[in-house]
Amino acid sequence: MTTRRNFIKISAAGAGALAIGTGALNAMKWISSDTMPDSVKNNFTRTPTYCEICFWKCAGWVYKNKKGDIWKITGNDEDQNCHGRLCPRGTGGPGMYYDDDRLKTPLIRTGERGRQTFREASWDEAFTYIADKMKAIAREHGPECVALFTHGSGGKYFGDLLQAYGSSNIAAPSYAQCRGPREVGFMATFGEGLESPEPTDIRDTRCLVLIGSHIGENMHNGQVQEMSDAIDKGAVIITVDPRFSTAAGKSKYWLPIKPATDMALLLSWIHVIINEEYYDKKYVEKYTYGFKELAEAVRNYTPEWAYGITTIAPDVIRKTAKEMADAAPAVIVHPGRHVTWYGDDTQRSRAIAILNALLGSWGRRGGFFRPETFELPSYPHPEFPEPKRTWRTAYPGKYVLADLALANGICDATIPVTTRDCSFKGWIVNGTNLIETLPNQKNTIEAIQNLDLMVVIDTMPMEITGWADVVLPECTYLERYDSVRTGPHRLPQIALRMPAAEPKYNSKPAYWMARQLAIKMGLEAYFPFENQEDLLDWQLKQVGSSLEEMKRIGVKTFPRQYGELYFSDDEEVEFFTNTGKIELYSTSFANEGFDPVPVYTAHPEPPPGYYRLIYGRAPMHTFSRTSNNPNLHDLMDENTLWVNPKVAKEWSLMNGQQVYLENQDGVKSQFPIKVRVTERIRWDSVYMVHGFGHAEKRLTRTYGRGASDTKLITKVMIDPIMGGTGMRGNFVTFITNPGETEVAS
Amino acid sequence: MRYAMAVDTKKCVGCSDCVVACQTENNVPIGYCRDWIVEVTDGTYPQLETEIRSERCNHCINAPCVRCCPTGASHFADGGIVLVKPNKCIGCGACIASCPYDARYPNPDGYVDKCTFCIHRLEKGLNPACAEVCPTKCIYFGDLEDPNSPVSLILKKRKYKSLIPEAGTRPQLFFLI
Repeated sequence: MTTRRNFIKISAAGAGALAIGTGALNAMKWISSDTMPDSVKNNFTRTPTYCEICFWKCAGWVYKNKKGDIWKITGNDEDQNCHGRLCPRGTGGPGMYYDDDRLKTPLIRTGERGRQTFREASWDEAFTYIADKMKAIAREHGPECVALFTHGSGGKYFGDLLQAYGSSNIAAPSYAQCRGPREVGFMATFGEGLESPEPTDIRDTRCLVLIGSHIGENMHNGQVQEMSDAIDKGAVIITVDPRFSTAAGKSKYWLPIKPATDMALLLSWIHVIINEEYYDKKYVEKYTYGFKELAEAVRNYTPEWAYGITTIAPDVIRKTAKEMADAAPAVIVHPGRHVTWYGDDTQRSRAIAILNALLGSWGRRGGFFRPETFELPSYPHPEFPEPKRTWRTAYPGKYVLADLALANGICDATIPVTTRDCSFKGWIVNGTNLIETLPNQKNTIEAIQNLDLMVVIDTMPMEITGWADVVLPECTYLERYDSVRTGPHRLPQIALRMPAAEPKYNSKPAYWMARQLAIKMGLEAYFPFENQEDLLDWQLKQVGSSLEEMKRIGVKTFPRQYGELYFSDDEEVEFFTNTGKIELYSTSFANEGFDPVPVYTAHPEPPPGYYRLIYGRAPMHTFSRTSNNPNLHDLMDENTLWVNPKVAKEWSLMNGQQVYLENQDGVKSQFPIKVRVTERIRWDSVYMVHGFGHAEKRLTRTYGRGASDTKLITKVMIDPIMGGTGMRGNFVTFITNPGETEVAS
Repeated sequence: MRYAMAVDTKKCVGCSDCVVACQTENNVPIGYCRDWIVEVTDGTYPQLETEIRSERCNHCINAPCVRCCPTGASHFADGGIVLVKPNKCIGCGACIASCPYDARYPNPDGYVDKCTFCIHRLEKGLNPACAEVCPTKCIYFGDLEDPNSPVSLILKKRKYKSLIPEAGTRPQLFFLI
């Protein structure tokens, strides 16, 4: 929410603030006729891009004014991800470019690691430093001891560099700290994961079920747009959340569940749908495997049983199950996105997948469609060398069902232990602030202190850059080319990102950096194109387009290659599971010794005086990466702590009062956070938006504003199936007298 | 011609996209805004209701800001849009005080500024930036005298209200409820 803070502040100053003569003159120069800015009246140019403020990657147009300055960004009408409407973060994209706190030139560490003593360096010096260290690591420990952490478009090129060097350890926190469990849960059930954007057919659904998923606050653009379309068409929304989320406010049914008990509700819904014979019999018989085992396994999970656990009344459980069945197959039990909560998250995602299977929504209109990704040929280069080890070597026999590398797994395997003969020695970190991304900050910092080389490539001086040996300033997405966006969506589609402006300061694009490093390391053959324009043009010409065409249109749509969007009646479908069927009973889980049908496990509850720390997202921010963006900071400049009025009364907390928090392990928040007393949160929990409480002073706007949930997440419940980090089992209490605590800033 | 806007509170998620789109479109300085979000929650857990509104100048038919302006800077443009002529504005703040909706702010360049319904866009046949960007498509805009304009059509179909009707300003910003 934007505040009227400055408005009120300046209004109060009254005419005094307005009595500045030059101000009025400037105004006259700026506005030549009534209210029309020059930038509107005069000619402008536009260039295509796709957004990098989050990873929905909406395609848009960057407009510049007469002076050639970036003015605004709007959506591309042809784009399936945004339909011409960017979200607030995309609209606020110019702030990322104009932020004068940006990293400006390469830096090399001069003092102790983490003490933030750097000297400015030339690009050549920085690359020589990195190449020498990487060669030394390869010689002494093997190239497999270097890992890449990435969350951004540049990761493609640093990934290629790392593979050319001889390591396949490429991890994104978006997997094991976010959506990994649902990928594995859906893979085990339907033989394929969900990816991004998810193939949820929300626009045509008649019933949308959200389990802790807060679409609307979680501003994944296409989903928000389609949810709005669904509301227009009268779809029933069922929201399960201990917090009265924005989506709950749009719902016919809000189920204010006791936190950490979602599995009981899901199993009970499965029980009702089977026992009342609400399931799609034809679909289940034709496409699924293990119905009998499932029915037997959920026999005792009655709504009355679930009531005692979830606090959701049995008749509400029955009524909502009926609503789903009435809408089927146009029903979506939404898989969510950030699902690393309690350590049994893969199984909870399995339960969600099973519900969808019983309702016959997978592959059906208003349920889940069959997405297609455009197949763009990769550029030619020599085969990557075969690594002798991977991150999995550090975890023999564990997490075999994880289909991507675990960021936390690599982090843990960087801390040397006697039982392991090799630990990670080098990290390259691109566009992910691991300090605020990985739980258990102490552990992350210990790992970093054991490294021989730590390179951070970012646009902003995020906390992680302070721990680097070498910092490389990446230019923003508005100043560079990147890989062509290829999907997935309803139709195969490609989108181009091209620079709207020259890189500011001494910042550079990822492709250039990766290629220069490759040259230093004798790996030039893997980057055959000297500049990225030639590379993109070569790729686009392979598929009948060209860079010239894409610069003009930004987005190009192609016909589907692989059949219809939905299963046709009686279509024979082979699923990529062991049985070729949708597995209600998971044979792959059974083979690995995990429960083939999900079971309910009780999770710890907060001790007296403590509250479960729940965190989520605000529509105008992406993780911790946007809070310093001047435009987005203006919309929301700090997070608040949502506290139920009953709890506030007990602790004598006032609205707006600043408190510190302390968790079950005695870890305190570094900065105070303002209390928001609201009925919208349960009395056993508190809530804050993730991504605030930055401890990095070079982020001048956002430093010290609000509290960091990550700092308070020290208890991590590892998912035994795929290694995800369950983060919702942390409990906090209030410190209401900041005098007793070190007061920051 | 009578321009008006309707905001669907059932669809608005309060994301503030309208705010930032207006800021970039109209070069509104950081720290100020011409439109903003209001969230109202009623009830006690778990019997709750939330209304989210995207608010801005109501472009009132009986506009106190126009009436009280000593220099004529605040005026009605075509279609009833309430505008400020920056070069006539002396920044006295009378309009700010008179507005029941708190819709005006003093631009640091020395004049009072507010929502224009993006009149520069209307002249080109485009919607206001806020309506154009809204991901939930909850902002309906158009000419009330045209029965087929999006705003006329939606007001015919849905229950709506305006804010502070007791002020007697005859606001032209409606909220679908």
